[in-house]
Amino acid sequence: MSQKVLIADDEPNILISLEFLMKREGYEVVVARDGQEAVNAIFKERPALVLLDVMMPIKTGFDVCHEVRAHEAVRDTLILMLTAKGRDTDVAKGLALGANAYMTKPFSTKELVQKVREMLGTSA
Amino acid sequence: MLSATLVIGVSFAYLLLLFAVAYFGDWRAAQGRSIIASPWVYALSMAVYCTAWTYFGSVGRAASSGVWFLPIYLGPMLAMTLAWMVVRKMIRIAKTYRITSIADFIASRYGKSPTLAGLVTLITVVGIVPYIALQLKAIASGYAVLTSPLGQPAVQSADWWSDSTLYVALALAGFTMVFGARHLDSTERHEGMVAAIAFESVVKLVAFMAVGLFVSFGLFASPVALFEQAYAVDALRKLLQFGQGQPFAYAQWLGLTLLAMLSVIFLPRQFQVMVVENVDEQHLRRAVWAFPLYLLLINLFVLPIAMGGLLYFGPGAMDPETFILSLPLSQGYNALALFAFVGGLSAATGMVIVEAIAVSTMVCNDLVMPLLLRMRRFGARASGDLTGLLLGIRRLAILIILLLGYLYFHLAGEAYALVSIGLISFAAVAQFAPAMLGGMYWKGGTRHGALTGLLLGFAFWVYTLMLPSLAKSGWLDDGFLHHGLWGVVWLKPEAFLGLTGLDNLTHSLFWSLLANVGGYVGVSLWRAPSARETSQALLFVDVFNRKAGARPVFWQGRAKVSALLPLAGRFLGAEQAQRLFAEYARREGVASIEHIPADARLVQFVETQLTGAIGSASARVMVASVVEEEPLDLDDVMRILDEASQLRAYSHELEEKSQSLERATTELREANEKLKSLDRLKDDFMSSVTHELRTPLTSIRALSELMRDDDHMDLAQRQQFLGIIVVEAERLSRLVNQVLDMAKIEAGHAEWHNAVVDMRELLEQASATMRETYRERGVALQLQLSTAVQPLWADADRITQVVLNLLSNAAKYAPRGSGQVHLSLKDSTDGIAVEVQDNGPGISQEQQSMVFEKFRQVSGDDHYRPGGTGLGLPISRQIVEHFGGHMWLHSSPGQGAVFGFFLPRQGVDAERTASTDQPLI
Amino acid sequence: MFQGLVAQRLVALFFAGWALLNFPLLALWDHDILIGGLPLFPIALFGVWALLIAVLACVVEGGAASRSSMLHERPD
Repeated sequence: MSQKVLIADDEPNILISLEFLMKREGYEVVVARDGQEAVNAIFKERPALVLLDVMMPIKTGFDVCHEVRAHEAVRDTLILMLTAKGRDTDVAKGLALGANAYMTKPFSTKELVQKVREMLGTSA
Repeated sequence: MLSATLVIGVSFAYLLLLFAVAYFGDWRAAQGRSIIASPWVYALSMAVYCTAWTYFGSVGRAASSGVWFLPIYLGPMLAMTLAWMVVRKMIRIAKTYRITSIADFIASRYGKSPTLAGLVTLITVVGIVPYIALQLKAIASGYAVLTSPLGQPAVQSADWWSDSTLYVALALAGFTMVFGARHLDSTERHEGMVAAIAFESVVKLVAFMAVGLFVSFGLFASPVALFEQAYAVDALRKLLQFGQGQPFAYAQWLGLTLLAMLSVIFLPRQFQVMVVENVDEQHLRRAVWAFPLYLLLINLFVLPIAMGGLLYFGPGAMDPETFILSLPLSQGYNALALFAFVGGLSAATGMVIVEAIAVSTMVCNDLVMPLLLRMRRFGARASGDLTGLLLGIRRLAILIILLLGYLYFHLAGEAYALVSIGLISFAAVAQFAPAMLGGMYWKGGTRHGALTGLLLGFAFWVYTLMLPSLAKSGWLDDGFLHHGLWGVVWLKPEAFLGLTGLDNLTHSLFWSLLANVGGYVGVSLWRAPSARETSQALLFVDVFNRKAGARPVFWQGRAKVSALLPLAGRFLGAEQAQRLFAEYARREGVASIEHIPADARLVQFVETQLTGAIGSASARVMVASVVEEEPLDLDDVMRILDEASQLRAYSHELEEKSQSLERATTELREANEKLKSLDRLKDDFMSSVTHELRTPLTSIRALSELMRDDDHMDLAQRQQFLGIIVVEAERLSRLVNQVLDMAKIEAGHAEWHNAVVDMRELLEQASATMRETYRERGVALQLQLSTAVQPLWADADRITQVVLNLLSNAAKYAPRGSGQVHLSLKDSTDGIAVEVQDNGPGISQEQQSMVFEKFRQVSGDDHYRPGGTGLGLPISRQIVEHFGGHMWLHSSPGQGAVFGFFLPRQGVDAERTASTDQPLI
Repeated sequence: MFQGLVAQRLVALFFAGWALLNFPLLALWDHDILIGGLPLFPIALFGVWALLIAVLACVVEGGAASRSSMLHERPD
């Protein structure tokens, strides 16, 4: 059974590219267009990993991360944060809130795939 | 008639009560809760002016000459109008330089001259002894009236040891010693004594008014009835008018008023309670009117009592000066009579106590100390604590003054009425006026001038007033009164140089003050003041002009703390001196007494402290004996004064500088805060720009990599990805342009191509440009444009940019398919208003204020806003504001939003007329 | 010599007092008549006196405004 990956981003074009990429790698993909949708999807779909954008409407990636870590049921969800803000403080904040890994936009598709594989413990 | 035991018993009980009040006052002062720190107590203590002379003598005077008792109280009234300036200055000077008596005041002003201090003291003693005698006489005759059958002459005891007056004098001396000279204080303040005096003032006022009410409403039906009866008697009717046919009556009236005006300030006891015992200068504010009010009240019933007594007893039957006792007695009101006697006792004891304290301070500091200090045993180089000796001298002085008063009373008292004795004293202290007032307001007065004036004034006083009074008492051969000294007619003491027509008091006052002022001014002008006189004159006259720190110190030389401290200890007590020095060290900010710099300021400090204890002249001598002084000449004084004013100027400048520094610091801090927040803004801006640039780059890179890595991607997919890449690339370049645009406008580097703009045409073109987008989104665009629009002067491209921005925003937010957007144009004389209204979700109140900020896209809606950079509205606003207009937003959630802008015509017109190279339509 | 409004008022009051309590203004009251049963001259003297006290009290105790200005005045 393929693992489930949630992609949360408010930029439709990024969503399109990430969805295509993850599907190509053989994961089952769920998408969310804002923070609230992402939280709902995490509780409903229980993805193994979330590609989480930081700057989203309604709830930011930080909020989502915080909420996930606070709930027993979904606490173990792996979170890979994606942000277009490359500041060190943002990286530190994300990791402090419980993100497992962090990547800056724009990212290399190869590196992203590599990271996702590492986190999910599957080798190519 | 009352029994002697009762009267004596009540009198002593009253003195004990006074004792208790005074003790309570001292006790409270020691606890730091002064009961005299009140303007009312201060005003009441000034009423020590009303002595037995007022209490008994006024009625006597009124019975013989009607309203003529009044000038003695109208003078103080007039003096009090100026007290806020004059007395306050005296208080300030006395407090600043620790001056504790009039003698010291005058001596200190004219270069700390011991001779002057001694002369003033001598005049005071000679002038005041009769006055004290007067008080003793009043008590004695009051006692006699109470204890003898009414209307019979009192039995005078032949032997001095059985004379009750002697014991009264001794009792008062004892009381005065206890409360006036119990301990040594360098400020010479006596809180308990002041409390007792204020208490006495209340007692004597209440007692006098009680008798007055009794006479006006008890003895007679009403004051009206009393005066009607008096009017029926010719002799009394005359008393109720002014002149009574005397020539020069007005001159005498004026003379008496002037005399009282000077006395109320220069009597030693008035100086003591008004200046030395003053707690707070602000108390004067109340006292200057409360004290005259007290005088008015205590005089209100003088005429009724006098008239009542004359009507009741008939003229000549009774001594009018004791009407206040004999009237109640005649009706059998013994208790009231006794109360009236206690009131009189209050008046007399109050005066004696304060006067004795004041005069004893002078005698000790200005007569005895200078003599003692010349003796080797007590002199400068000797050691040993002298505080005990000082106290002893003062106590002895009090005793001697009272005994002198008794002696005068015993020998000469019977010859004169109370009022006449009092006026002689008044005339004596009036001699201080020129030297005092001149010293406070005129820098030119010199020691020789003051000496000459005082001596001349005193001599005239003795010759024209004192000697005649003695001659009339039968002590001297009165031949010189009638024929002049040595038979020279124009030397007649009461008609000097043949001046006749004035009464003897006005005559004496005129000649003595004329000689006094003439001598003072004349001799002062004879030569320039010396350095010491100049320096003291500056300190006195300008006392209000300098703050404590900036006061010049006129001293130069070398001193040692190790010499000054023991010196202070000798006169103030070692413990007290130690405490004063420690306090001084703390004020100067040095660690201990040994570290105090032995400079001019310390020398002055010690001298000021000593002045409080032994007077300025003696203090000067003492300090000079333990330090090495360099004499000051006039140039030194001027130099020191210069330095002090420079210091003052410097400190003023420093104050200003520190203020401006503070201002600058505040400004800098504000600027820094502004910079910091600007820095944060810039940081946020950079971060936002980064985010906005990276977002399209992310899609472009990811999709490109996907296509590169997958050669077999189907064509449709490839087409979709390429389409997205193009859109995102466009977005990227738009963003770059806008950021640059924004930066240029903000920095003022933007280029503006102004021309005549037809807004209607511009809006039509803009909507035509957007027509395709609107059609794609299914949004209807309606134009409502005024038909004839005045042309504007503006940059058409920029305005188009604004309109397009608003239109594309509206298209984005209007619902797909059912969107309605209205573009309206309103033309007015002021300018042109353009509004774009959509029927989208609207914008919440809190977000409305943010839409014009950079990178603030409205969040909270589920709309995807393609191509939004968050810079459109901020740039639009910058553009509109560049043309002097403004932008606005009206919206409520669910009701759509209206974005609009206004461009004024005025600014545009002005710009057009300013640039002539543009073609006009 | 005396600066400040309060000081000037006091000086004016001083001279007014001298004028009111001396010849010739004083002579205005010197008539042999009774006012309401009381002799005119003493009544006038006490009346003028009371008036002077009232005005003096008003001037020195003044309002809060003049109080603050008095704190800054220099009396000479």
